[in-house]
Amino acid sequence: MNTTWSRFNITSIVLGFAFLYLPIVLLIVFSFNESKLVTVWGGFSTKWYVSLFHNQGLMDATWVTARVGLISATVATVLGTLAALTLTRYTRFRGRVLFSGMVFAPLVMPEVITGLSLLLLFVAVGLDRGFLTVTLAHITLTMCFVAVVVQSRLITFDRSLEEAAMDLGATPVKTFFQITLPVIMPAIVSGWMLAFTLSLDDLVIASFTSGPGATTLPMKIYSQVRLGVTPEINAACTILIAVVAIGVIIASLANKRREVQRQLDEQAAQRG
Amino acid sequence: MKSLGSIRRDFAPWNDPNAKPYIQFDNVTKKFGDFTAVNNLSLTIFEREFFALLGASGCGKSTLLRMLAGFEEPTSGRILLDGQDLRGIPPYRRPVNMMFQSYALFPHMTVENNIAFGLKQDGMPKPEIASRVAEMLKLVKLEQFAKRKPHQLSGGQRQRVALARSVAKRPKVLLLDEPLGALDKKLREETQFELMDLQQNLGLTFVVVTHDQEEAMTMADRIAIIDKGEVMQVATPAEVYEAPGSRFVAGFVGNVNMFEGKIARGEAGSASIDAGNGITIRTDNAGTAGAGTAVTFAIRPEKIKVSSKKPAEAVNAIEGEVYDIAYLGDMTVYHVRLDDGQVVRASTMNAARITEDPLSWNDRAWVSFRPDAGVVLTR
Repeated sequence: MNTTWSRFNITSIVLGFAFLYLPIVLLIVFSFNESKLVTVWGGFSTKWYVSLFHNQGLMDATWVTARVGLISATVATVLGTLAALTLTRYTRFRGRVLFSGMVFAPLVMPEVITGLSLLLLFVAVGLDRGFLTVTLAHITLTMCFVAVVVQSRLITFDRSLEEAAMDLGATPVKTFFQITLPVIMPAIVSGWMLAFTLSLDDLVIASFTSGPGATTLPMKIYSQVRLGVTPEINAACTILIAVVAIGVIIASLANKRREVQRQLDEQAAQRG
Repeated sequence: MKSLGSIRRDFAPWNDPNAKPYIQFDNVTKKFGDFTAVNNLSLTIFEREFFALLGASGCGKSTLLRMLAGFEEPTSGRILLDGQDLRGIPPYRRPVNMMFQSYALFPHMTVENNIAFGLKQDGMPKPEIASRVAEMLKLVKLEQFAKRKPHQLSGGQRQRVALARSVAKRPKVLLLDEPLGALDKKLREETQFELMDLQQNLGLTFVVVTHDQEEAMTMADRIAIIDKGEVMQVATPAEVYEAPGSRFVAGFVGNVNMFEGKIARGEAGSASIDAGNGITIRTDNAGTAGAGTAVTFAIRPEKIKVSSKKPAEAVNAIEGEVYDIAYLGDMTVYHVRLDDGQVVRASTMNAARITEDPLSWNDRAWVSFRPDAGVVLTR
């Protein structure tokens, strides 16, 4: 392997990472800005973080976002898992191709169209726009992502595990809850986390389907930015970035540790 | 105490016309769409028998096992276990257990929970489960691994956990799907004998599916040779080897030399076979085949002698040229090309330490065999 740093390598790495992270770094730096002017550095301060927690509008929006995310991710996980099970297990039912296409269509559907069509639906059935409609819309959006994640796990699932359970006297229901579900649980959990993250940062669909009193955090930030970026928003975004980054780091560390542990176990088993 | 061998020799319910069949396949057919996996197959297995289903992959032997376990239903025909028709009984209510080829150990459970799984499903009281699990762990010599997870075990240990789990419920019949397929050769040979001991000690009926003829020959009381969803022959290992019923069986089990020919003349079992190119084979095992019948003469390599001079007393001796010699340690295999081009395989046990082989490559040589050494096949 070539380990020397050629000029070309250094240039491409710097450019690449700058492209990806420069905007975020700027945002974080200016969240600690003393000055009220966003683009002028006036010294270090954490006062915007303090004022953030006294901004009732932002705090309300955070609370709404958290509730929408938790509820929609949970419902979407249940529905998405069921869809994945049906699609991988009952491969011969009529209309399977159509059904699987329809489940995955929202993955590539422009969000504007999803949002608009949901809005039309809610108006047509006379649902008042608010917390319920955003949650429903987010379930629609995230369910297919969960289905994709769980389905890819189910494809590699060894069906003989279930057969062994049934052979040993477990009914199909018991087999599902004692064998299938525990084995695919990691995929379900990551599906849930994906759904929660998607719900957390969705702006377009929420804008279409939300109503008064159910403003989500991305909507709130977007509307405030239209009145001018304040360092408070920078602080809010920095906290969001920190939360997401910590989540990702914990998840990958846990993954890494599990992997290392598994390898150690297998080596131990080889030695006898 | 009687040795295992003498118990097994005395055990032959298939020769007893009054013996009650334990497992019966009755004209069973299984179709997957247009593909016929099992074709109008009938088979009888007796209690406490170690029965092997032997065949190449895709011959339908695994389908037979899965129908017995309840994972597949026959398209037509019926399967009886101890007189009970199994149709419509789901796998979780059948008194049979299966050991899977992949072992199918539950990855999220410890070894002891894997073994206890079936017992818990039966609602067995906890102290009894604990003592049964301990007994099973002892049986497969894994006492100190009770708290481990399957991925913390070696291949051989996993195989023993799978075995313990499948016999823990004391099933009427234990089904084994390629039980030793994933083990390396040495471990496989040891495990074969362990399985035989286990079967004797527990007094269970074993039905094992395998593509490995050596495995089937070593372990089974009787072997059913399956091809394209049909039974070719059911017999003891010795019968399958020494008296194959057809060309397929002769070729499938062990090595064999085959000569195509016609019965030239024959009376009361013995006959001369005209194998073309001036080769005439005299045999005592012609059975009922009359003159003019097209037959195949099959003879095993170890029953053929190779010598540099024509043996004076030999009834059957054919001349050729040594084409290849393979020294395998315990025996030497000669490939002799006859003058008509056919290559005959002959193997000789190396009873004495060889200092110098009398035969070498491209030497003229004679292959000879006794009139009772081969069999005549008409199918």
